[in-house]
Amino acid sequence: MFSIWLSLKRLLALSLVALIVGCASIPAGVPPSPDDPWEPFNRSVFEFNEGLDKYVLKPVVSGYRFVLPEFIREGVYNFFSNYNDIYTALNNLLQGKPDYAFNDLMRVVVNTTMGLGGLIDLATPGGLEKHKEDFGQTFGVWGVPSGPYVVLPFFGPSSVRDTFGTVADLETDYLFKYIPDVGLRNSLTGLRVVNARNTYYEAGDLLDGAAIDKYSFLRDAYIQRRKYQINEGRDDEEPQMPAYENPYE
Amino acid sequence: MKYTLTIRQWFAFLFCTLFMSAIACAQAPDQSTPDGLIKSVVSDVMSSVKSDPEIQKGNIPKIVDLVEKKIVPYTDMRRTTEMAMGPNWKKATPEQQAQLVAEFKNLLIRTYSGALSQLRDQTVQFKQLRAAPDDQEVTVRTVVLGHGDPVPLDYRLEKTSNGWKVYDMNIMGVWLVEAYRNQFSNQISQNGIDGLVKFLQDRNKQLASAKPSNS
Repeated sequence: MFSIWLSLKRLLALSLVALIVGCASIPAGVPPSPDDPWEPFNRSVFEFNEGLDKYVLKPVVSGYRFVLPEFIREGVYNFFSNYNDIYTALNNLLQGKPDYAFNDLMRVVVNTTMGLGGLIDLATPGGLEKHKEDFGQTFGVWGVPSGPYVVLPFFGPSSVRDTFGTVADLETDYLFKYIPDVGLRNSLTGLRVVNARNTYYEAGDLLDGAAIDKYSFLRDAYIQRRKYQINEGRDDEEPQMPAYENPYE
Repeated sequence: MKYTLTIRQWFAFLFCTLFMSAIACAQAPDQSTPDGLIKSVVSDVMSSVKSDPEIQKGNIPKIVDLVEKKIVPYTDMRRTTEMAMGPNWKKATPEQQAQLVAEFKNLLIRTYSGALSQLRDQTVQFKQLRAAPDDQEVTVRTVVLGHGDPVPLDYRLEKTSNGWKVYDMNIMGVWLVEAYRNQFSNQISQNGIDGLVKFLQDRNKQLASAKPSNS
């Protein structure tokens, strides 16, 4: 397992070099986006991620769906979701929402004990709402601007701020970073990646049909979504609405 | 004698109104309040999807039919298209505008149908509506709970002479109109308005001939 991982790493390093050498170009005639000054580079990373998804990740996930029945996949999803709730609680605390953090911790307590170590989500039907917060959002709540849009290899759409957020997420992540048994650690990370891709298995296909240019569609959606996640704040606050200029008014 | 007649008439009238409103209820959800409209459309669509195994198998023509009948009447696709086009809308001829509305509507119906076919035992939770009684524009906020992460789904509605109509949707933090603005303007700056029309036509043809992914 370990040697496979090593050679995989080497392969990835090689493909990254190839990627940096060959930059993709912006479609002709399209005005550059002010949020995306590094578009040519980002597009080439995007192409790399798309290739990786098409030839490696998606086939692995469809195998995963074929081999394992839905209730097991759901157990895997619930397990990681429960684990992530710990970090959501931490981030809600850092964002100054102690009541949300308490709600998230209660979820972990309920699901870890009565939900068999997190395999079953009893907290959601019990009325404890699921939140999802990461360090990128916390930095955003603290007022850190997003900076230019970045596409990270393997991780996909991000921004300068969210890249630091992802690094903080990974650095504090027990399962990814601090499990002493390397084999177990890598297997869990692999399962987590497969589980994450599995959650948007069908949605990914819908996106292909809906987008005119998938790269810019994903980019604009990512930027909008992160703003929404950071500004949405609490349920009892007025959400921010985009203002469209109406050509008839 | 005269008195009994009036009573009879009154009963006849009462019966008629009740009967008529029962028919009206079966056909059209309550459009007088924006959240009432969304609630009745959502519960109607969800029960239709859940009770139809064909739809759950991913029978796209059937789902498209459902969307056309139960959702499209409560939307204002012209306004959606207009907003997504932005300043380019005025540059389009009335003919191009009509084509754009039709093709964009088809694309959205296709995408939406794909999402509907994945509906299983999800439930929809409505957040408290924040609106004044005389508001002309309202946002109805919901969350879809079920497998996986909760999905925030918000609807923007406007009051028209035909009742409330949805013209924009927010899926997981992304407003549909805003997401399509750059898509449209980029395509137009590359290939013109006709290029955009043609792109949408081709895409819709391609989607119509594609097989459902979850059969």
